[in-house]
Amino acid sequence: MSLLSSSVSVTRYKVKGNLEKPVLEKIYNGLRQNAIQEIDNDPLEKIIGWTSFENPYIPDFEGSSFVIGPYLIFSMRLDRKSIPPKVIQKHYAIEMARQLEKSSRKYLSRNEKKSIKDHVIDVLSLRIPATPNIYDLIWNMEESWLWFFSNLKAANEELETLFSKSFRLSLIRLFPYTTADLMSGLSDADRDLLLQLSPTKFTE
Amino acid sequence: MLDIAVSYNRFKFLGYEFLTWLWFVMENQREILKKSDKELVSLDIGNRIVLENNKNDATESITIKGDKAGLEEGILSLQKGAVVTELNLVYKAGDNEWRFNIKGESLNISSLKTPETGPVETQEDNEAALLEKVFLYEKIFVLMNNLYKHFISLRVTGRWEKDIVPGIRKWIAS
Repeated sequence: MSLLSSSVSVTRYKVKGNLEKPVLEKIYNGLRQNAIQEIDNDPLEKIIGWTSFENPYIPDFEGSSFVIGPYLIFSMRLDRKSIPPKVIQKHYAIEMARQLEKSSRKYLSRNEKKSIKDHVIDVLSLRIPATPNIYDLIWNMEESWLWFFSNLKAANEELETLFSKSFRLSLIRLFPYTTADLMSGLSDADRDLLLQLSPTKFTE
Repeated sequence: MLDIAVSYNRFKFLGYEFLTWLWFVMENQREILKKSDKELVSLDIGNRIVLENNKNDATESITIKGDKAGLEEGILSLQKGAVVTELNLVYKAGDNEWRFNIKGESLNISSLKTPETGPVETQEDNEAALLEKVFLYEKIFVLMNNLYKHFISLRVTGRWEKDIVPGIRKWIAS
């Protein structure tokens, strides 16, 4: 989802840890080493990586193009090939019939069937282009927060993994407990009280 | 700090209580809203409110939708023991208006619509539009953070049970 869309969904994070200096170079390296790769001519079904906000189909992080004002702005791209199950079924049936005829047998073993199915999916994956999904993010390094422009659970989980792999920093999702614990300026005593809270009954 | 997955589930009730308290504040203690954002003109419930009632191990969900939706059903649900799990809010500051949904269990913001930004014609315009957008999003996050901070500061003290909860109970019953 683009952060410039007319309507956006945002998941907020606290960034935990510090990058070694020179910081921008570390970020550039993290982005470049984990940039999205094309899989259109590859049997891979899914791939995730960083891409540039300005041009998400041709990732380019040169010249600190990801630095805008006090923010770092770039995107996570998740490319996935989705082969309709009926297409797999059709090619699987054709290939099974071909193998049976070739071997002059009436049945194929479970392993042979699995191998045929894997082969069919690999061949189809080479012919089907991956659908790109782009999720923008804004990172304020000075204040250690990050906004990810999606509420999708799977996309958020992929972000957390990719971010940690790329920059060796943790992302802590801000939900009721973490917001109270990390963002509300509570004292240690208040934090202990927070842990003991139980739901309020608003009716008698 | 607690394990993330454990704390998400164990403390999602705080998000529900926050939204329930926020509705009470919007109806009865608007000065708290102003304290959280000096430029605030108004903060009101928009076109959607979702409530949830857990009774005898069963969960009942009530959704009230529509621009002119009466909120009496919502109050009725609160009277039956429900809490607010999701709100659509309309925030106004100056001549500008923001609309967004906030979910209690995650505090995630969705369907956030900000006031319009200037047209983009050059690369410089693009950067300016981006920074303006960030500023407009931040207004909502700062407002919600300040309100949540206020709620938590009440929630961890004796004032919650002594003053706030009786006030909310009185409002629900009225």
